[in-house]
Amino acid sequence: MAKNIIEKIWDSHVVYQEAGKPDLLYIDLHLIHEVTSPQAFEGLRLAGRKVRRPDLCFATMDHNVPTKNLPTINDPIAKKQIMTLAENAKEFGIELADMGHPDQGIVHVIGPELGLTQPGKTIVCGDSHTSTHGAFGALAFGIGTSEVEHVLSTQTLWQTKPPTMEIRVNGKLGVGVAAKDIILAIIAKWGIGVGTGHIVEYTGEAIRNLTMEERMTICNMSIEAGAKAGLISPDQTTVDFLRGRRFAPKDENFEKAAKYWLSLASDEGCSYDVVLEIDADEIEPIVTWGTNPSMGTGVSKTVPTSSDFDSESDKSALQKALAYMGLEEGQPISSIEIQHVFIGSCTNSRLSDLRSAASIVEGKKVAPGVKAFVVPGSYSTKAAAEKEGLDKIFLEAGFEWRESGCSACLGMNEDIIPSGERCASTSNRNFEGRQGAGARTHLVSPAMAAAAAIEGHFVDVRKYVTQQV
Amino acid sequence: MEPINIVNSVIAPLDRKNVDTDQIISKEFLKRIERTGFGRFLFYHWRFDEQGNEISDFVLNKPEYKNSQILVAQDNFGCGSSREHAPWAILDYGFRVVIAPSFADIFHNNCFKNGILPIKLTETECDEILAKGLKAPYDVEVNLEAQTVTGNDGKVYSFNIDPYYKQMLLNGWDEISLTFQYEDQIRAFEEKRVVY
Ligand code: SF4
Repeated sequence: MAKNIIEKIWDSHVVYQEAGKPDLLYIDLHLIHEVTSPQAFEGLRLAGRKVRRPDLCFATMDHNVPTKNLPTINDPIAKKQIMTLAENAKEFGIELADMGHPDQGIVHVIGPELGLTQPGKTIVCGDSHTSTHGAFGALAFGIGTSEVEHVLSTQTLWQTKPPTMEIRVNGKLGVGVAAKDIILAIIAKWGIGVGTGHIVEYTGEAIRNLTMEERMTICNMSIEAGAKAGLISPDQTTVDFLRGRRFAPKDENFEKAAKYWLSLASDEGCSYDVVLEIDADEIEPIVTWGTNPSMGTGVSKTVPTSSDFDSESDKSALQKALAYMGLEEGQPISSIEIQHVFIGSCTNSRLSDLRSAASIVEGKKVAPGVKAFVVPGSYSTKAAAEKEGLDKIFLEAGFEWRESGCSACLGMNEDIIPSGERCASTSNRNFEGRQGAGARTHLVSPAMAAAAAIEGHFVDVRKYVTQQV
Repeated sequence: MEPINIVNSVIAPLDRKNVDTDQIISKEFLKRIERTGFGRFLFYHWRFDEQGNEISDFVLNKPEYKNSQILVAQDNFGCGSSREHAPWAILDYGFRVVIAPSFADIFHNNCFKNGILPIKLTETECDEILAKGLKAPYDVEVNLEAQTVTGNDGKVYSFNIDPYYKQMLLNGWDEISLTFQYEDQIRAFEEKRVVY
């Protein structure tokens, strides 16, 4: 019977199955960071348990780490959390990319960079954006700390097989429209609950044409669509990306692995519980105006008005969001002025993201009154960008160039947006207070963020791109 | 984990959709390395103003709901980040039950690992309970064994729950100990696992 990739990976990882129970699934890779792991390690210690497969774990520090003046951490509680991970990694024999280590970075950036992320693997991390790794055709999902403890001690998880969903993106993406716009358009169209309880496979011509980094941006935000996981069937693009990476198979083994990986792609004629379709050529650069990721619209449009919604609860959600965001109904998106620009996060901090932003700012200056900064996703992304001179382009334009980490994506370190101020951000969540109490977040692609930095308000980046051609 | 079966309490009506884990527990409180003590930070920016004073018209600050053990909200409760600090805060604050039309997956899972009962009722039922609870304090009895929520007005709402998780909650089982019983199967799986 024709199977989709989700079924193939699931079925090959069932350790134990019994009617009336979830399946016991084997976990191939467990990624660990400092915020969601301390209580899990503490649980192991209290119960006198050990880590079953330290060789299948990899840890890094990202959420709390400062992005300037390393290695000083001013916040004593953050420092304690970071030191706790270092101690736990040592005690339990887990490889750690510590602060200042050449492999350090945001957990969802380094996994693929190091070749740890591979097609067909089951991958978990105490972090909802673990869905990012699905870009490789892996079954990757976020778990809570109790589940982190469960995986550490048993290398398995009890999971009920979720229904599957296909989101097909037909046709070709317009010039200047980014992967970020595809996923924001999907969420704007169907809402943040569309994927709830499902695992999504993204398919279609527009998805096939994406690079691995772009695919990661899409899968990353599956969780913003409510999905448990999102993935893309592997193809030659996937194989080419992995060749030569540190943890990827070597030589002959690589060829064998590649053959296996390609065999995982969804079969012709397979089925899904739900199928949704969207046309890529309908998608324009998107800016979110509200307090959840579905509250977004095309840059050429306006903030919605009450009359755009039928239900009372949607009208009141609009009012609440606009009050928090300090926006008026019907206001043109391009009239929204910003004070901050953040280019970073596990959604958009990879080399191609930085290149795309740099191509917009090159030779220009950040608008007066705007503070803009770039936080590369990993130490090695930063090094690669510097080798190409991207740091100079940003610095000359008036951006700050920082060390890697989660930074202002969630503002656990000192990178916080002040109350009442607005940030054009390439991250994934625009919840109230996400970037700082009272901070107003607008989610956009790296190129859109860069263009906003230059002009001081949102602009249609396609104008820049056509100028260049 | 504390077993849970019957909970009698006034409901706390949190009439909001898409309550995300950033609101449940804000990032500035995630740096602690313990599991306990998060209750005082629950819904912090809704409960307290910038000076740390209680915002009196936020529902949890109203005296009639202060000792509630049952939180009722709208659709998609617990969306956003995977932080288990969210259920820890809910439990530590004193809630044992959360009722909503739907929950985000990771939050839903996290509840079961912490002895919190997440109950899915239909949107109409939740709207009805919220309306009652907002009008006047509404006392209900949650019975997990019977899978019912019974109001003091006699109204009975039934809910479905996965039988496996029901047993876990009723017995307060530690899932890891349960899984250790499958050691042979895990080892057998590892032996035939292909690694390139
Ligand atoms: S960059 Fe943001 S979304 Fe990604 S792992 Fe870090 S905090 Fe989470």
